[in-house]
Amino acid sequence: MLTETSKLEELIGRDYPHGFVTALDTDSVPVGLNEAMIRLISSKKEEPAFMLEWRLEAYRHWLTMSEPGWSTVHHPPIDYQGISYYSAPSSRKDGPQSLADVDPELLRTYEKLGVPLQEREMLAGVAVDAVFDSISVATTFKDKLGELGIIFCSFSEAVREHPELVRQYLGSVVPYTDNFFATLNSAVFSDGSFCYIPPGVRCPMELSTYFRINARNTGQFERTLIIADRGAYVSYLEGCTAPMRDENQLHAAVVELIALEGSQIKYATVQNWYPGDKEGKGGIYNFVTKRGDCRGDNAKISWTQVETGSAITWKYPSVILRGDNAVGEFYSVALTNHYQQADTGTKMIHLGKNTRSTILSKGISAGHGQNAYRGLVQVAKSAVGARNYTQCDSLLLGDRCAAHTFPYIVVKNRTAQVEHEASTSRIGEDQLFYCQSRGIAPEDAVSMIVNGFCKDVFKELPMEFAVEAQKLLGVSLEGSIG
Amino acid sequence: MTASTDFYNAEFARLKAILPGSHLPWLQRRRESALASFAASGFPTQRQEDWKYTGVTAIEKSRFELAMPISNGVSAKQVAAWSLPDTHRLVFLNGRYQPRWSSVGTLPGGVILSSIIEMLERDPEQLDSRLGESEIAYPSGFAALNMAFMSDGAYLHLADGVAVDKPIHLLFIASEAKLATHSRNLLSAGAGSRASIVEQHVAVGEGAYLTNGITDIVVGRDAEIVHHKLQQESHQAFHIAAVNADLGQKSRFTSRSFGLGGALARVDIRVGLNAERAECILDGLYMTDGRQHCDHHTRIDHAEPYGTSREFYKGVLAGASRAVFNGKVIVHADAQHSDADQSNRNLLLSDNAEVDTKPQLEIYADDVKCSHGATVGQLDPEQIFYLRSRGVDDESARALLTFAFAEEVVDRVDIPPLRAGLEKLLLGRLPERVKELL
Repeated sequence: MLTETSKLEELIGRDYPHGFVTALDTDSVPVGLNEAMIRLISSKKEEPAFMLEWRLEAYRHWLTMSEPGWSTVHHPPIDYQGISYYSAPSSRKDGPQSLADVDPELLRTYEKLGVPLQEREMLAGVAVDAVFDSISVATTFKDKLGELGIIFCSFSEAVREHPELVRQYLGSVVPYTDNFFATLNSAVFSDGSFCYIPPGVRCPMELSTYFRINARNTGQFERTLIIADRGAYVSYLEGCTAPMRDENQLHAAVVELIALEGSQIKYATVQNWYPGDKEGKGGIYNFVTKRGDCRGDNAKISWTQVETGSAITWKYPSVILRGDNAVGEFYSVALTNHYQQADTGTKMIHLGKNTRSTILSKGISAGHGQNAYRGLVQVAKSAVGARNYTQCDSLLLGDRCAAHTFPYIVVKNRTAQVEHEASTSRIGEDQLFYCQSRGIAPEDAVSMIVNGFCKDVFKELPMEFAVEAQKLLGVSLEGSIG
Repeated sequence: MTASTDFYNAEFARLKAILPGSHLPWLQRRRESALASFAASGFPTQRQEDWKYTGVTAIEKSRFELAMPISNGVSAKQVAAWSLPDTHRLVFLNGRYQPRWSSVGTLPGGVILSSIIEMLERDPEQLDSRLGESEIAYPSGFAALNMAFMSDGAYLHLADGVAVDKPIHLLFIASEAKLATHSRNLLSAGAGSRASIVEQHVAVGEGAYLTNGITDIVVGRDAEIVHHKLQQESHQAFHIAAVNADLGQKSRFTSRSFGLGGALARVDIRVGLNAERAECILDGLYMTDGRQHCDHHTRIDHAEPYGTSREFYKGVLAGASRAVFNGKVIVHADAQHSDADQSNRNLLLSDNAEVDTKPQLEIYADDVKCSHGATVGQLDPEQIFYLRSRGVDDESARALLTFAFAEEVVDRVDIPPLRAGLEKLLLGRLPERVKELL
């Protein structure tokens, strides 16, 4: 047992494998937040007037709000005036026309991360809109997607090239008044991804973005907007790793999904930002607002997430099931180790008739990790025949960790059928003994059991992500028995 | 807030000298500090997480006055109708003990069964520590008001090893509208003792009044207490109640709560498994109709290792009624080998009914087995089909299945006359022709 413990400590205490900082000239604005700053961001990005107006309205609303304190997460107070709200790689000024023009340092960073930008792009079959700090640097497969009428570009580009679409849909799912962090994001968002799939088009490839935080003291405020028009289909992948650093970094992203009649959006995330060191110092604060709106009948939105990074993860990817027969899904694996805290879950708002939702949440806590599932299933009076099934399971590894479940169920229609199940357990000694007696090494057994525990979620991930996800869990959890 | 604070401050000034135990300085101090605590907190608001689904502005606005002792207002016939055979019975009218209607009978040696007022006269030291405990923190303004205006209640103490075979029936009758009663029951069971308690709240007439009661139970080592709570208040009444149980080593505590009456009812049941190998069972049934609102908040604290808890709550909602269930289970650090299971099932019978349920787990230990489940739904069409294919009409089939759904909780009651009484209540809700089928 002693060797197991030391092995566990060795494995869990492993340094962050993606910890490196790329030295780049960054075009950062001074720290602090005020109206002038927002005007500066907007003008640097050459935005139309409506965008600036929207940002300012959000900012003025933000001033009236206070930081929420209801969750179980704990962190020192955040100094919002101590954050630099804009940073772009300076090489952007030269306007890279092709990959050859891109800062080689940047390309090397992507290579370390395995972003398929060059020859790998064809092999991987993935179009990448890479976000380096706050500005999109390169977009691939654009022509191929363009032929189908699919718009897939950076948010800034969308604001310039397709202002009518942005104007119509921005803030229509997450209004700028939504919550403290979403409002802050609305005021200062730097960049992000924009995607529009025209009616009846099935996007032929998985769309993917790598988010990466690099410059020091730069809050990241991504904004993603995905619109699937009638009968369209898109699968979107978001993944991230980050370099090692000491200061906490605030990340308050907003993702809005709009699914019109008969369309389908699949959104998958693998989140592996820097979780902080063994004492819980450093690490990313990941306060994200993600929400999808099934605006038409028969629309479907599916969220899949694997959350292994960040010091604090605080996000609730939700679905508003507005159209009749709309379907919402949420599949989640959240892992917390050391002093990581995760407060995550979903909201399924049933408004349309015969709407269905499925929630599958798997939480794994190790070390001093805190893991909470917080969810809401709401069935409105209009949602005749609504159906929900929720399952949230927690796995505890170590006697200092914690797992919580806060499921809210509000039902106002008698034809609704809502089921919620939750369980908490640890890896049984009998299970380990069973494996060991068959010649399976303890760490392989733990890895096997954990992977089995998460299997139902992993199978919802696209293949390449599933592999990455399993690897991520493996790194933190091999041999974690004590 | 200030308006209601002023009202209760004035009430207190008016009644201070005649409140029970006014001759005891320590009690007076506690009442005053509780009143100060209420002045600071006021009534709970829906902005508070624990009161999110239950608004109490109607209570705040009603300005209920403290009930004064009266001895008429109820007839012998009525009391007899509510009585259970073969029990030790204490009757309270508008919150005050009524020796005239009570029948304590012969108790085994080592049992003290009395009223709080009597204890304050006879042996106030016994109450000193018991009433001090909840002074530390009032979970809501209601608990503070209860302490400030505490009028009467039952006092039960079981000496070590004593078993009371007959159930102890605490019958609370409300006969007057516009009044508030703040009753406090203090029950304690010594090591290895055993008793079964029925706390029943009923009403004469259909008045609007407030019952604000607290029942504190201490279950000693190896002791066993079963507490039944029957809430059958008038359909205009407000019922706010708390049951707090402190469990000793290897002790067993069972709580059965039936929420049947009242316009607005809120019951908080808190069980602390405060020593090793304590066990608790929490059963509940709420049946609401019309515009009734019934809220159950339960909290089980697994504070020490090897504790077991089982919770089973069911609800049947008709009309435009609303039910709230919030079941919190907390497994504290070092409470290893805890085993907790919780289930809440709801049946919605009408288009206007609403249920808000939240089973909640907070776990800080790793070697535990915890699970919970919650469902909201309607009757199973296959079961209806089964009955219909055997010649039962649709309405009767639904009624039968609803009865069976609720009966599952009633069936667990182990006092036969009480179980029969509850079944009769359930049957009373069935259409005539369905009764013939049974």
